[in-house]
This record gives sequence, structure tokens and C-alpha cells, in this order.
Amino acid sequence: MFKRRLAAVAVGALLASSLVACGDSGSSGDDAKTLTYWASNQSTSLEKDAEILKPELAKFEKQTGIKVKLEVVPWSDLLNRLLAAATSGQGPDVVNIGNTWSASLQATDAFVQFDDKTLDKIGGKSRFVPAALAAAGAEGKPPTAVPIYSLAYALYYNKKMFAAAGIQNPPTTWEELVADGKKLTKDGKWGLAIEGAHTSENSHHAFAFSEQYGGQWFDASGKPTFATKENATAIKRYIDFIGTDKITNPGNAEYAQNQSVADFASGKAGMLLWQAVGSQLELRKMNPDDWGVAPVPFLQSPPANGKKVNSMVAGINIAIFKHSKNQEGALNFVKFMTSDEEQTILNKTYGSLPSITTVGKDPAFAKPEQKTIQDTLATSAAPLPQVASESQFETLVGGLMKDLFAEAAKGKSPSVDEIQDKLKTAQDQVK
Amino acid sequence: MTTTVSAPDEAPPAPAEKPPKRRRRPTLPYLLLIPAIVLELAVHVIPMLTGIWMSLRELTQFHIRDWSGAPFIGLDNYKVSLDFNSATGKELLHSFWITVAYTALVVALCWAIGLMAAVLLQRPFRGRAILRTLFLTPYALPVYAAVITWSFLLQRDTGALNHVLVDQLHLVNDRPFWLIGGNSFYSLVLTMVWKQWPFAFLCLMAGLQSVPQDLYEAAYMDGAGFWRRLRAVTLPMLRPVNQVLLLVLFLWTFNDFNTPYVLFGKSAPDQADLISIHIYESSFVTWNFGLGSAMSVCLLVFLSIVSGLYLFFTRKARADA
Repeated sequence: MFKRRLAAVAVGALLASSLVACGDSGSSGDDAKTLTYWASNQSTSLEKDAEILKPELAKFEKQTGIKVKLEVVPWSDLLNRLLAAATSGQGPDVVNIGNTWSASLQATDAFVQFDDKTLDKIGGKSRFVPAALAAAGAEGKPPTAVPIYSLAYALYYNKKMFAAAGIQNPPTTWEELVADGKKLTKDGKWGLAIEGAHTSENSHHAFAFSEQYGGQWFDASGKPTFATKENATAIKRYIDFIGTDKITNPGNAEYAQNQSVADFASGKAGMLLWQAVGSQLELRKMNPDDWGVAPVPFLQSPPANGKKVNSMVAGINIAIFKHSKNQEGALNFVKFMTSDEEQTILNKTYGSLPSITTVGKDPAFAKPEQKTIQDTLATSAAPLPQVASESQFETLVGGLMKDLFAEAAKGKSPSVDEIQDKLKTAQDQVK
Repeated sequence: MTTTVSAPDEAPPAPAEKPPKRRRRPTLPYLLLIPAIVLELAVHVIPMLTGIWMSLRELTQFHIRDWSGAPFIGLDNYKVSLDFNSATGKELLHSFWITVAYTALVVALCWAIGLMAAVLLQRPFRGRAILRTLFLTPYALPVYAAVITWSFLLQRDTGALNHVLVDQLHLVNDRPFWLIGGNSFYSLVLTMVWKQWPFAFLCLMAGLQSVPQDLYEAAYMDGAGFWRRLRAVTLPMLRPVNQVLLLVLFLWTFNDFNTPYVLFGKSAPDQADLISIHIYESSFVTWNFGLGSAMSVCLLVFLSIVSGLYLFFTRKARADA
């Protein structure tokens, strides 16, 4: 008897581990008078986001009589919850998605397509900034979402520290950035803060650097081309800020929760590569006069096939689930969220840029930070490859960079060949 | 678990003579079993069968919405998982060996610490109750809260561990990393042992209660010292407890998901890439649920074989003894 109980315990423990079941999901509005909306976390906390969005949703209810049930979802849970909702056919009507996931999510066929007819109902295709709309689905297919907040990477620098080190202008090339970084690195302060254990951010930098070195992560048919010399060199450039140049605190290798923003705000590091971090710096009590914004640097002498790209087209999209029983209302809600008024209000609050062409002239978007982001988006940003396995690129390449940073932090600078080997292993795992 | 619920003994034991004509068994016990069976099906059997079914399909993001219609690909997922020349197979094998080392270390340490604590706390002394409560604290804490606290303690620049090691004791000059790189493996072992050993302690303490005192007295009279008594009396008497304890510790540790997930997040360092996290990544992060299911089934088969062999040999050993 005892043995049998033991066996049962054993089997129970085994089975629990083999569960491949999906999580819980919210319930969708059953009638034409309600909608459920999952908003992504844009502000400093989930509560703060709810506080920002609630009055706008009340406005929508007043206009249309449709009540919107709001849930703000943290980034770490969002993709899993979207997948669960897609699998079960149950969940919210309208959701926010990170634009880099667009093509991956598009492949699930769980979202309403924004073909020309659908786009016409929310003001037409020409209403949206082309680069932002390009990052909303695979090329040649109707987008799976429409953009609502646009972002790009910029170089943030501490003006006081620059002045103290005798640096006149922010760097425009990586070589200058390293030289400046060395001048700033002293007395426990460092040149550049990095979020080394943050896999998605790592992959964003891998993308932009690779473009400058003339590399690419996927070929035209969507097959991964990770293991190239260009990609390995690009990753090495980024890792070397810790490994060889020593302008980044080795401790940054374990940062994954925006500690690099905190380091920059408190003056522990003189430079930071980030997307629209101004409102966060304000919340961290950094004096607005102390920091400046410049475009992300380029290579001094790029190879012949190098591209003038210094940021991904970053941003947040809004999508409608096909399973929604209130398609009409959901589309109305998307129209509302992309209206001139809401785009101005929300993007002003979040420090991001509108993704529609009609409100860019508002003075709120002409501040130096927003201006830099706008210029980057208009001239030197490119969307991450819109292929179905993009989310695998983020995890696998971002993850191996985390391991490389860990090595670099111990003083071992990886060679291009070593990186290429690791990229090969990652590439072979992409399905 | 529920499968072991036995029907109540049949009413008044019949006299030892010729058994009477077989009576109809009462239906009530079976009715009472139904909820348990339904739950067992819902919680264990059906998901397991679904998992096996999924492992035979190409269940990627292209088919996830209509997942029951995912194309059947036979054993392809298994071939990919177990082809140790391919990247996927190599990585799976890599995390398998890490998990083996992790499990061996954690189980051995939990058992040894648990045994020592149980033996030392056997005799009454002042403060015993307090110590006992203190020892059980890690077991009573919610896993998430406990592990997240460890992740704070183990931070390189702001964590308490480095503060003590580097700033106060000056044992090492260079601040070591605990959550990335090679040390992450030991951080994982440390956290898991801290969390798990009280369970061993609890079981062994209960086991020790049943050891008759006169055995110790006799051993003492024979002049046996502490180690001798431990070896000759305590360990043999604890054998039944140990058999179960080691198996349960092994299974829990091998399957452990919470500790690495909370400590490292979605992407564990290469040196601490436990198999449960690896399977999670294969299915949820790279969106290949078929492959993930195939790996889960392989793990299930492996653990079943190990547990089966373990039960067979321990039973044999007991029968031989």
C-alpha cells in the first residue's frame, strides 16, 4: 500500500511537470455595449497607466455608450497572455502589442486584418506614419494591427558630466563615444550605462549595429541568417563597451529592470541608449537641464554595404481579436484611440510620438527629445524584420548576448569567431 | 494521491470458516470515489494525454489558433529533441546534464543538513522549540517571496551577500556575479537547498520519533559513540523514511521550475539552464508547443524509468535484508 502511494506521488509530480496547458484569460464583452481592453504597461507602474487611461475611456463611453473594461498588463506577461487568448478563443476584444511581435502574432491568424477597407473605417491608410505602419505586420500582407505610440532609440547624455570632462558635443560616431566614455569613466562613474541582461533590448541593439555593419538577421524568405561575420562583429561592438573599452560598469551585465536608467538619472553613468526616457528621468528627479539628447551614433568608417540605420522603429500597436463578439465597437475604439485628440493627449503623457500624420505639429512634440526621435524615425530607423520567427530572434540572440556580457564582465572579451559559433547554435534552433 | 483511496473495510469480519456466498458490494464507496476520479482525469490524465497528442503535431504559431487542426508529423518532434548532433538536441542534453548535477547536489545537501538538524534536535534542550520553528521558516514562506528575496541578496553591486563577502569580511577583492555566468549555478543550488532542506528535516524528525529509545541505550551501553550510533542505529531505522524522502526530493528538484524562473526570469544563464526552464523556453518563448511537449514526454519517460528502477532496487534491498 505504502509503495503504491509512493508511486502515485511520483506519478503525480511527473504529470504536474508535463502539463502543457495555457493560463487563464479574461472574458470578452458579450454584448454590443461592452469591450475588454488589455493595455500594455507604458508608464512607471500599472496603476499609473490605469490612472492615465481611465478618463479617456470614460470619454469613449460618453461618445458611444460602450463601456470599456480596462486591464493593464505588464510586458513580461503580455505575450504569453496574448498567446493564451489566441489559443482559447477567449479573452479581450482589443489589445496592445509590441510592434516587434506583429509578424509573429500575425502568423497565429487570431487578429483582425487591417486591409484597406478596414483601414478606411478608421480614417484611411494615409492617416498613419508609413514607417510605423510598416512595423505592424509582414510585408505584402494587410497589417495585423495599427500603431498608436511611436518610439525610437536616442543617445541621452549628462551635460554636467560632459562639461566637467571637457567634452563639447555629444558623440556622433561609436569611436567618439568610446573616447568620450573613457574621459567620463573615473571616480566610480562610468561612460555608458547598459541593460546587459535584458534580452529584448539586447536584440534591438544587435539589429541596429548589424545594419551598420551591413549584416542582416533574416533573408528575404524569412530564413534566419544569424551566423555571419557581420552579425558577430556587430554584437562584439556592443559587448566590447564592457569587455575591451571598459567604459561600462561590469555590474551592468546583470541589469534587466531599468537599473541603467536609474544609474544615468543619479549621475553614475554619463550616457544611455534608450527610447523616450525623458518622462522617467523626470520621475527619478533628474534635473531636466542636466541631460541632453542626440541621435544614436554611427560607425566612423562603415563597410561599403553598411546601412545608415541607428534605431529600430520602436512602438506599440493596437489590435483586435477575431474572436471578439463586438467587432463594430472594437473598431470604433481603435478609431477613437487613433483620433487626433487622443493621440495628442496620450503621446504627450507618455513622451512618445503620435503614429498619425495629422498631429505632429503640436508643440508638445517639438521638444528636443521628441524632435530627435522624430528625425530618427523619419530618416534613420528601420523596422525589425517582420517575419514570423522574430520573437525567437529576440529570445535566442538577446539571451546569448546576456551570456556574452557575463563573460565580458569577468574580463574575457569574446572573439568574433566565438560569437559566430554561438550564433550558429541559436540559428539552428529557429524553426 | 487519489488513486490510492481505498474502499473502507467490509463490514464485520467473516468467521474463518467457508466464505459465504458473495454479497453485492455496496455502491456508496464507488459513488464517493467519482469526484476524485473526475478530478484526477481533469488535472492529470487528460492534460498528459493532450501533451502526448501535442508532441506528435507541428504546433507552432501558425497553427496555434486552431490547435486541434495542427498537422500530424509523427515522431519528428522527438527526433529533433533527441538528435544530439543538432543544435536543439545539444542544448537539451546540455540542460539535462546541468539538471542532473543540480539535482545530485541539492538532494545530497538537503538530506545531509536535514539529517544533522533532526539528530541534533532530538534531545530536549532549552530553545529547541524556537530552533525548530526557525528551521521550518523557509518551508512556510511562499516560494515567490523567498526566491525574489534571494535574487536581491545575490545582486552584484547592491546585494547583501557581496556586501558581507567583499566589504565586511574582505574575503574576495573583485565583486563576484551571482546571477549571471558560472556562479549562477551555485546560486541556484544555494536557494533551492535553503528552500528544500526543511522538508527533509521534517520527515527525518518524524522518522526519528519512531526509533525505540532502548536501541540507543543498548548501543550506549556497548560503548558506541555518536557516529557509531548514527551509523548502526539511526540510519538503518530511518531507511523506510529515507527511501521515500530521497525519491520525492529527487523528483521535486529535477522538475523544479519556480526557483530558476523567479531567480533568472525567462532567459536563464547558460550555466544554469535547468531542463524545466529549457522546455518552457522551447514551447512558450520560441512558440513551438509540439517540440516542447515532446521534450516533456521524454522527461516524463526518463523520470518514470529512474523512479521505477529506484523502487525496484530499494524493494529488493529490503526484501534481501
